[in-house]
Amino acid sequence: METLAPEERNPVTPAPGSETLRLEPTRGFSRVLAPRELWRYRDLAGQIALRDITVRYRQTALGGAWAVLQPIGFMVVFSLIFGNVAGLSSNGLPYPLFSLAALVPWTFFSTALLLGSDSLVSNSALVSKIYFPRIFMPAGVIVAGFVDLAISFVILMIIVFAWGFVPSVAILTVPLLVAIAAAAALGTTAALSAINVRYRDVRYVVPFAIQMWLFVTPVVYPSSQIDEPWRTLSAINPMVGVVEGFRWATLGTGNAPWDLIGISAVAAVAFLLAGLAYFDRTERAFADFV
Amino acid sequence: MSVAIQTRELGKSYTLGVKGAGYGTLREAIVEKTQRPFRREGRKKKSDRDTLWALKDLSLTIRSGEVVGLIGHNGAGKSTLLKILSRITEPSTGYADVTGRVGSLLEVGTGFHPELTGRENIFLNGAILGMRRAEIRTRFDEIVEFAEMERFLDTPVKRYSSGMSVRLAFAVAAHLEPEILLVDEVLAVGDASFQRKSLGKMNEVAKEGRTVVFVSHNLAIIQALCSRGILLERGEVQADAPIVEAIDSYLRTLERAASDDLLERTDRDSRAYDETLVRRLEIQDASGGHPNVVVAGRPATIAVDVTEPLPTMECQLTIVNSLGQPVCTFDSEMNAPVDVRESEPGTRLECHVESLPLLPGRYRIDVIVKAKRHIQDGLQAAALFDVEPGTVGDRPMAAEAEGDVVLPHSWRLPA
Repeated sequence: METLAPEERNPVTPAPGSETLRLEPTRGFSRVLAPRELWRYRDLAGQIALRDITVRYRQTALGGAWAVLQPIGFMVVFSLIFGNVAGLSSNGLPYPLFSLAALVPWTFFSTALLLGSDSLVSNSALVSKIYFPRIFMPAGVIVAGFVDLAISFVILMIIVFAWGFVPSVAILTVPLLVAIAAAAALGTTAALSAINVRYRDVRYVVPFAIQMWLFVTPVVYPSSQIDEPWRTLSAINPMVGVVEGFRWATLGTGNAPWDLIGISAVAAVAFLLAGLAYFDRTERAFADFV
Repeated sequence: MSVAIQTRELGKSYTLGVKGAGYGTLREAIVEKTQRPFRREGRKKKSDRDTLWALKDLSLTIRSGEVVGLIGHNGAGKSTLLKILSRITEPSTGYADVTGRVGSLLEVGTGFHPELTGRENIFLNGAILGMRRAEIRTRFDEIVEFAEMERFLDTPVKRYSSGMSVRLAFAVAAHLEPEILLVDEVLAVGDASFQRKSLGKMNEVAKEGRTVVFVSHNLAIIQALCSRGILLERGEVQADAPIVEAIDSYLRTLERAASDDLLERTDRDSRAYDETLVRRLEIQDASGGHPNVVVAGRPATIAVDVTEPLPTMECQLTIVNSLGQPVCTFDSEMNAPVDVRESEPGTRLECHVESLPLLPGRYRIDVIVKAKRHIQDGLQAAALFDVEPGTVGDRPMAAEAEGDVVLPHSWRLPA
């Protein structure tokens, strides 16, 4: 092979209008919340989400069954322990249905937290070798979680009908509730995954924190058991509105918990903005640490 | 001619103890944060001392269509520069203006997922490298053909041999069409025929007039592909010249480095534990005479002196030719009955070669010393040595012989 003489070569000059990108030290906000940047990498975002979905079902022996087994398993255990032994109130609903309607969105949320908080670290090979908006990593996990959620939601509806319940038009609020849960999950995992890059303690804290979070969310008990003003205040935990909303929307009984849903929606947006803001500020250093 | 990459006073600093040690713990951070108000001055002093400038005041202009080779020792800043240009990390000072779409050739397999099939991985990896989905679809058949793996498209990559993964990864990368291509040490893998094919492809990319910035320790490849060479040393440009001149300067710095006291070298293996360091490395011809001058075909001994007598040290020596291509490796961990393990700990490790089958020329020796199952120290070009013409198996060697080695052999010829 010969060294190429410059005159043999016809330089490929950048297409007219291709922009010059200035790479320089930055401070403050700029990246994650830049829609143009996200749009430019949309194909990669799609591929990452697709990968997360495919891998989740291919790597496991039971595949999609896990989406169902986990909430159903918890439903059985919770019904035996909290429903029968402890005799917790379920607002007059059959305890299994009462808990399953809450467990479906809760499982979506907790799985997103568990997998999402580790997403940057477990993809460190990519993060340290290639540029892309890093938010795709936690976001991809959440998008993949929608598939699990859809499967378990179908199972929930089958059980609801089998039990003789008929959902009201309230079921149309489910997309809104899912959006609240997803916003809260994305904000939280964005922050957790960013902290995890610097401090691997996160890996040990998250499973524990999820357990705690389960008990401050009305999954095994109804929020009506809590005295005011604490009941209303508790909705700053976005999952309170989601879980109570899910019960009302899928079982077609009880009063609309709009107060809880409203507060939780605002809280979820706050979680989302705070999480993205923290992610944005720390993103530029990820590759130096991961 | 238009400018593809322009940097002005570009610098990147790392805080020592952060880059190497990786991550801290939350506890440390909390302790640090709570104590900070009481020792502001102490901290400042510390940060001055522990800052490492991986790149310093780098001002470069690379025009569209130039093929530039970055050369230099480990830790000279080559990879850091590529990381900044590919936006993986931000500079600490200055700026770089990059005009046009940037693509990186990655280490093989980065971005492959073992559970996904070849087909799925082509799309995933293409997207990771910055290709549009539609683009991948139009080039899909070409990629598959280049990788020669039509039959395995729907097999998960975890069942591929390493050679197959390499082929697939390179095939995807080779069909990337960026205006600026950044290549960091990726051609060192795969079997010989595939390497040739890859090099051919790289050459083609260069001929097409794309801007290429290339990092490799293999100076032969760099020399073949690049027209301009930039020699970095400790984060600064040491030489910026036509590739042949830049490589010459690099070889001269290697020489200088090898003649220095090895303990003063800073370009050591970043994985090393540093409990013992290579103090001196020498190759000696059995007939005596000057160290680091040996006669081809004669016995020779390579001696490594280290600072600390750690228990059960192992040593790996690699002889590398003047173009940076490895010729052979001696690895004490692959032990044989002829090896001798002394009963007392010591600081000298010796490797004896019965007949040194090298063609005349200049070679270097890279060394890695291991103990306690870790790499303790590693140095490239710990010594340079010259091989003088000699005989191998009583046969003189041809003056114009090609390659690096000469093997004892015999002929049977017709009358």
